[in-house]
Amino acid sequence: MLRIVNGRVFDPANGIDGEVRDVCIADGKIVADVPPSARRVDASGMVVMPGGVDIHCHIAGPKVNLARKLQPEDHRHDVLPRTAVTRSGVGGTVPSTFTTGYRYALLGYTTAMEAAVPPLNARHVLEELHDTPIIDKGFYALMGNNVLLFKLLEQGRREEFRNTVAWLLAAAKAYAVKLVNPGGDEAWKGRRNANVTRLDETIEPFNLTPRQVIGALIETVDELGLPHPAHIHCNNLGHSGNFETTLETMRIADGHRAHITHIQFHSYGHAADKSSDNATSKAREIAEYVNTHPNISADVGQVMFGKATTMTADAPLAYMLSRYAKGKWVNADTEHESGCGIVPFAYQDRVYTHALQWAIGLELFLMSKDPWRMVLSTDHPNGGSFMCYPKLIRLLMDREFRKQEMAKINPRALRATALGDGLDREYTLSEIAIVTRAGPARLLGLANKGHLGIGADADITIYEEQEDKEQMFSAPRYVTKDGELIIEDHEFRSDYEGRVLHIAPDYDPGVVETIRPFFEEHYSIRFNNYPVNDSYLGKHELVPTKPQRSGAA
Amino acid sequence: MANTHVIRDATCTFCGCVCDDMHLTVDEDTHKIVKAENACVLGRAWFKEHGVEERPYALVEGREATTEQGIDAAARILADARFPIIYGLSDTTCEAQRHAVAIADIIGGTIDTTTSVCHGPSGIAFQDVGEATATLGEIRNRADLLIFWGGNPAESHPRLFTRYTVTAKGMYVPNGRKDRTVVLVDVRRTPSAAVADIFLQVKPRRDFEVLWALRALVRGRRVDPSIEKVTGIALATLEDLAARMKSCRFGVMLFGMGLTMTRGRHFNSGALLALASDLNKFTHFVAKPVRGHGNVTGADNVVSWQTGFPFGVNLSRGYPRFNPGEFTTVDVLSRGDADAALIIAADPASNFPQPAIEHLRRIPVIVLDPKSTHTSQLAKVAITTASYGISVGGTVYRMDDVPLTLRPALPSPYPSDESVLKAIKERVSKLIGGNRMPAMERVAAAA
Amino acid sequence: MSETMILIGGRTSSQGTSVCAGKFGAEYVNVSSTLEMNADDMARLGLKDNDSVRVSSATGQIVARCKGRAVKDLPSGVVFIAYGPLSSALMDGDTAGSGMPLSKSIDVQIEPVI
Repeated sequence: MLRIVNGRVFDPANGIDGEVRDVCIADGKIVADVPPSARRVDASGMVVMPGGVDIHCHIAGPKVNLARKLQPEDHRHDVLPRTAVTRSGVGGTVPSTFTTGYRYALLGYTTAMEAAVPPLNARHVLEELHDTPIIDKGFYALMGNNVLLFKLLEQGRREEFRNTVAWLLAAAKAYAVKLVNPGGDEAWKGRRNANVTRLDETIEPFNLTPRQVIGALIETVDELGLPHPAHIHCNNLGHSGNFETTLETMRIADGHRAHITHIQFHSYGHAADKSSDNATSKAREIAEYVNTHPNISADVGQVMFGKATTMTADAPLAYMLSRYAKGKWVNADTEHESGCGIVPFAYQDRVYTHALQWAIGLELFLMSKDPWRMVLSTDHPNGGSFMCYPKLIRLLMDREFRKQEMAKINPRALRATALGDGLDREYTLSEIAIVTRAGPARLLGLANKGHLGIGADADITIYEEQEDKEQMFSAPRYVTKDGELIIEDHEFRSDYEGRVLHIAPDYDPGVVETIRPFFEEHYSIRFNNYPVNDSYLGKHELVPTKPQRSGAA
Repeated sequence: MANTHVIRDATCTFCGCVCDDMHLTVDEDTHKIVKAENACVLGRAWFKEHGVEERPYALVEGREATTEQGIDAAARILADARFPIIYGLSDTTCEAQRHAVAIADIIGGTIDTTTSVCHGPSGIAFQDVGEATATLGEIRNRADLLIFWGGNPAESHPRLFTRYTVTAKGMYVPNGRKDRTVVLVDVRRTPSAAVADIFLQVKPRRDFEVLWALRALVRGRRVDPSIEKVTGIALATLEDLAARMKSCRFGVMLFGMGLTMTRGRHFNSGALLALASDLNKFTHFVAKPVRGHGNVTGADNVVSWQTGFPFGVNLSRGYPRFNPGEFTTVDVLSRGDADAALIIAADPASNFPQPAIEHLRRIPVIVLDPKSTHTSQLAKVAITTASYGISVGGTVYRMDDVPLTLRPALPSPYPSDESVLKAIKERVSKLIGGNRMPAMERVAAAA
Repeated sequence: MSETMILIGGRTSSQGTSVCAGKFGAEYVNVSSTLEMNADDMARLGLKDNDSVRVSSATGQIVARCKGRAVKDLPSGVVFIAYGPLSSALMDGDTAGSGMPLSKSIDVQIEPVI
């Protein structure tokens, strides 16, 4: 039992905006009151928020482990020694698993979602998540290039399509449906490294288009009543002019919920004139669409200067980056389900494209009219490490600091955006609490996270209030997880195992007779060995789904 | 009439193919697996010979002991050691491997797996160059050009040919063998050469030169005809191969110890990986190191995710450090650096160079193994554990990183590696009083 | 008389099946102590199948029994032995900083044992 007193509480989901009030914890939950004998934590001069929720990061699984193995040079510079209560590890942009969990907690984050996993490798992700301490976690299952789903969809077998999606989510113990460059894999693997670029082109050899795949998955997610919408990495990531693809993709949703991830990478206009091939910013168009369409949500995918590792299921994109970066490159195809590409990268403020990307991300944040639906991410580690979040928060909250940073970047890139053009807004602590906690939790459908109301999970971060917001957010004084004071006076008091968050939507068991033959004929493992046992879950929480036939948002 | 039952879809862990379509018939009376449907000759031997043998639960200094006593003796050795090394791990489950890494972290030891004497060089090359690769199902479904380099799958991985590559029918390769061109490169004509359309006999120690010449040809550079004198392969043959590689639809190079264990080691692997990556400018091309033991891929994965590095990891300073040649087991032993060794599911006394074996005789060695081996015979503490996949469940990774859950068939009276390592871990932690803090802190504390 | 040749160690089917039976079993011992040689090389050294040969490397020495292989299959000057304690005895402990001892393409002296 715990009573946190004298802190300024920011709980935007419950309308609390900096009020000094008590927060009480018992049995891992927020409660109305605790007896006087309960331990008191004096949060004078401090800010009390729900624990951070990262809606999109790459922290566990085969892709992450390849990237981790790829860069020993990254790890050598950044080591985390063991302590009496914590395991040792290494950092860099792709930390080892223990370090990942500890560092998220050290930033005050208590939940993080691994953004892209082929169901074939679900066991691997769950094993790594098991070795990722403190935080609650889950993962999104890749379906936008699933061959069985393509076959069902092209044959118009919509019922079986929906049941197969549900079956896959339950079998893999996933949390949500993920699409990455829908349709692109078949071109990459089957047509000698081609790609798809238009939503209405045929995904050979299927009688399907990316538009149809996206539409079907968006609808299915709503039909199944999943807590989080279809999570979409749009086609044409990184290409000049791709904002049109993004707008078209959002229009496909047509009133259904849809989440566009790392939307910054999808907000580029064509070159201003024929003499250059430098992209331009379409942040305004994208921000306006999101602002005016309440069914759409997004996470920004901010680029931060310095080292990054690009790791994505968008294999053609990674190959394109590798030709630019000229260094090592990893490609890993997963039968019937996905592709993967990894390229170590560094964003430099003097390079036009990188500076443009940085500026567009900030434009999106500053032009957003609804922080609940334009939340914070760097697509860790694609745009930058999660360790950059405190600096990003400062950029949003501190106009002067932002201006100083703007002065360092490629001036032509800056001029191609509206960043220097009266975007003077400063995020308040409440808005930060929304984009880093309350908003992501709500978008994920996690009713007990991201807020400090009665019954919420007692995942709480207490930051010392400071002028320098980067300092403030980089080292919380206290962090509780399920009511345990895990970090006290900036140090770990104990290790802790968080929960795997997963869903198990209902499906017609007869669909197994559709799935099994496809497996036995085309997969290289046996159907019976595909679904993941409960033993891989460890501590876990099954989040309910609310199926509906009408498909309304 | 014997009492039997059948376990379907069990996994064979003899080699890195990790075939999960084993249907095992278990004779309940004799306590043996009498049939392994779908197994190759190696798999059949694996299932037949890994029954439950009668052996002492443990041997401590040559005398029979209980498992508990073995664990206790092992924990004492590890707690007292100043430069302990943990090695092996490729023939056990991921659950066991995780405890082994935890022990290394607690005691500040070195942890290494059989990767260092297998595809370790390919791992080093991977860190330099990266890798274009694919799961085996992808290869089966799409590959129309298969190149086997420095390996003899007919004898070491029979079903690599039959279940996953050469003769297997695939979604886009419906005629199986007829839709494919198969190339084999080796210094001698092995039984595997019988399946090849093209066999290239390379001079020993000259694989690097061949791979580099192919890289040049793929990039449109000129290669001097004297390449034939150097490598034993004519320029025209190499030009033909380069052209086939560029024009195929989905090409694959599967490579083995012929590259990693010979002159050049990681340079050979690196040249092959770089060649595969280069080819992606023209077509879809992947490479795959063919892994030897059932869960060596699991060992790579576990050590990588827990420490950041795949093998040869030292934790003496309180954090992971990686340096092949310094912290790899052959070197640590050959130099006489280790003062204790914990060997799990491996037999270095049979497979290592003499100087390393001699050092193993001089230090206290703890062995976990289902069978009696050369290493268990020189060990101070030998704990009999149950065989994974036969008697023990858990997770293993196929050579292409696909994770599978074992379906054990025969209960065993012996404990699993996982439970023994967990117990050793807890005992050591108690003996040391938590995690061992790095030496400098101990010195400072004592001052 | 002795000749310098290149030794390749490797896996074979029978080495794989016999290792399952156990490394102290007769079959494994037999398999891992058989040295395959090019038939012409054997003839030149006056060797027949099953004759004993001494194989010496810079670090060790073993005795194996030889078995002829067709000239087109095993080139002259190259010998093959299945992995095992005998092949390991010929390996150097120096890994040249790679962690991997040379297990293939080891320079050896081949000498019939009279």
